[in-house]
Amino acid sequence: MLLIRKLLLAISALLPIVALAKPIQLLNVSYDPTREFYQEFNQTFAKAYKAKTGKNVEIQQSHGGSGKQARSVIDGLAADVVTLGIPTDIDALHNNGDLVTADWRTKFPNNSTPYTSTITFVVRKGNPKGIKDWDDLIKPGIQIITPNPKTSSGGQWNFLAAWGYVLKKNGNDENKAKEFITKFYKNAPVLDSGARGSTTTFTQRGIGDVLITWENEAYLSLKELGVAKFEIVNPSTSILAEPSVSVVDKVVDRKGTREVATEYLKYLYSPEGQEIAAKNFYRPSLPEVAAKYAEKFPKIELFRVSDTLGDWPRITKLFFADGAIFDQIYQL
Amino acid sequence: MTSSSTVQLWWKRRILPGFGLTLGFTLIYLSLIVLIPLSATFVKASGLGWESFFRAVTTPRALASYQVSFGTSLLAAAINSIFGVIVAWVLVRYHFPGKKILDTIVDLPFALPTSVAGISLAAIYAPNSWLGGPILAWTGVKIAYTQLGILVALIFVGLPFVVRTVQPVLEDLDLEYEEAAASLGASRRQTILRVVGPEIFPALLTGFTLSFARAVGEYGSVVFIAGNMPMKTEIIPLLIITKLEQYDYRGATAIAVVMLIISFILLFLINGLQRWSKSKKIR
Repeated sequence: MLLIRKLLLAISALLPIVALAKPIQLLNVSYDPTREFYQEFNQTFAKAYKAKTGKNVEIQQSHGGSGKQARSVIDGLAADVVTLGIPTDIDALHNNGDLVTADWRTKFPNNSTPYTSTITFVVRKGNPKGIKDWDDLIKPGIQIITPNPKTSSGGQWNFLAAWGYVLKKNGNDENKAKEFITKFYKNAPVLDSGARGSTTTFTQRGIGDVLITWENEAYLSLKELGVAKFEIVNPSTSILAEPSVSVVDKVVDRKGTREVATEYLKYLYSPEGQEIAAKNFYRPSLPEVAAKYAEKFPKIELFRVSDTLGDWPRITKLFFADGAIFDQIYQL
Repeated sequence: MTSSSTVQLWWKRRILPGFGLTLGFTLIYLSLIVLIPLSATFVKASGLGWESFFRAVTTPRALASYQVSFGTSLLAAAINSIFGVIVAWVLVRYHFPGKKILDTIVDLPFALPTSVAGISLAAIYAPNSWLGGPILAWTGVKIAYTQLGILVALIFVGLPFVVRTVQPVLEDLDLEYEEAAASLGASRRQTILRVVGPEIFPALLTGFTLSFARAVGEYGSVVFIAGNMPMKTEIIPLLIITKLEQYDYRGATAIAVVMLIISFILLFLINGLQRWSKSKKIR
C-alpha cells in the first residue's frame, strides 16, 4: 500500500516536468507553392524563438489550393495561423464562423502581406509557340495550364491579371475582357486544384504549351527542374499579387497559443524572415531586403487590384461566386 | 424446401438458438456501415430537386466520365476474365518450378496499396520511361496519360479476382469428366465448351463481377496514370472529388448517386446471369 502511494506520488511529481518538456505545436495552413519556403522558415523561427524565450516550438504545415485550405479551416481544421494566397480567403474565414476578427488586416504591417509576388509565364525551352504576352495566350491551338480559380488563389490571380490586362489595354471595356477570358479558359485543357498541381502537370506530365503561375513558383521550378527544359517569359504587365497572413483568433484563444502564433507571423517581417522569402523568389516587403534583392526580380509593370478592379467583395461577387462570370464561361 | 438445404425458415423453431440476436446484429451492422451512409448520398442529392439533379448529372463532362469509367472497367474485367481463366488453369493443372511463387504473385494486387501501384505503372509507362518510351517509339502508341493507361491500371488491380474464384472450381473438377468426354468422342473444343465451361462459368461471372466492381471504384492507381483530362481521361471518382473541392457537395453526391444506380443495375444483371447459369451445371 505504501509502495503504491510512493509510486503514485513519484509519477505525479514527474507530470509537470513532462508537460514542460512537450513543445508548443502550431499548425500553419498555407497555400500550394510555399512548401520549400516554410520548411526553411520554420527551422529558423524555431531556433530564434528558442533563443529568445527558451521554449520549444514545433510547426506543422498543411499545403493545398488556398480556397480549398480556407474551406478546411472553416470546416474545422484547427489552424493556429493561416498564410494564404489571397485576402478574400481570409475574409471567408471571418464571414463563415468568425474565426478571425473583422480587422485582421490591421494586425500586421503592410495589410498583413509579408511579401508580394506576381504572375508570369513558363514555356518550354526555346519558346516553340512564340509566347510573348497575354494576347498570345488566346491564339487557337495554344494550351494554357492554369489552376482552378474556385480552389486556388493562384488561379484567381491568373484570372484577375488577365482581366486587368485587357481592361487596361481597352480602356476598361468589360465586354472585351469577358471575351478574352472566355477564350483564355477555352485554351485550358485541365484545371488543377492548386498552383503546385498545375506546375506538376506542365513540367512532369508534359501537358500544355505555357504555364501561368506565381513568379516564385516559376523560378522555383526552373531551379528544381533545370533551365535546360523550361524558360520564363515575363508579360508586359502583370498584377501585384498580395498573399496575406493571419492568426486564427478562435483557435489560438482555445489552444492558448496566441503569443507564439503572433511571434511566428511577426518573424515573417523580420530581416531573417524576409531574407528567406527573397531567397525563395518572393518579393520582400521590408525596404532594406527589397533593395538588396532588387536585381533578382524582373522589372514588370505591376498594377494593383484596388486600382484596376475595385475592392475584394466586388471582385468575389463579380467573378468567383456561384453563377458569376467564371461559372458562366467555364461550363465543364 | 430441399432436403439438403441448410436454410432455416424464420418462423420455424430452431435447434440452435440466437436467430433474433444475430438478425438484429446483422441489420444494425449493415445499416450503420452500408445503408445509412448510402442513403445519406441520396438525401443530400435530393436537396437539388429533379431538374437541377438531371442537369448536374448530364453535363458533357459527367457523361464523358461515365463512359470512361464504366467502359474501361467492363473492358478490363473482360480481359481479366479471359486471362484469369488461363492463369487459373495453368496453376491448377500444371506443375513447374516456381509455381508457388507465381501463385503468390497473383495475390500482389490485393496487397499493394493502390497509390504504389499507380506510381509504379505511371513510372513504367510514361512516354519517357524504359517501357513506355520504346513502345511509343516502335508503335506510336502512348500508354500513360491515355485511356489505355487507365485500362492497364484496372487490369492490374482486378487480376486476382477471376483467378481466385475460378481456381477452387477447377481444383474440384475431376479429370474423369474430361476423360469421359474424350472417350465418348468429344473434340477438345467440345470438351471445353460443353464440359468444363459450364462448370467454371458461374465462378467466372463472380470473378468478373468482383473485378468490375473493383475497377469502377478504383481511384488511387488510376489517377497517377490517367492524365485526368476532363472529357478524355477523367474517371467518375475524380470528377466527384473535383466537385467536392469546389464545395459543390450537391453536384458531387448527384453524380455519386448515378454511379451507384448504374453499378447496382449492372450487378443485378450479372447476378441474374449467374443464377441462370447455375441451373446449367452438371450436378
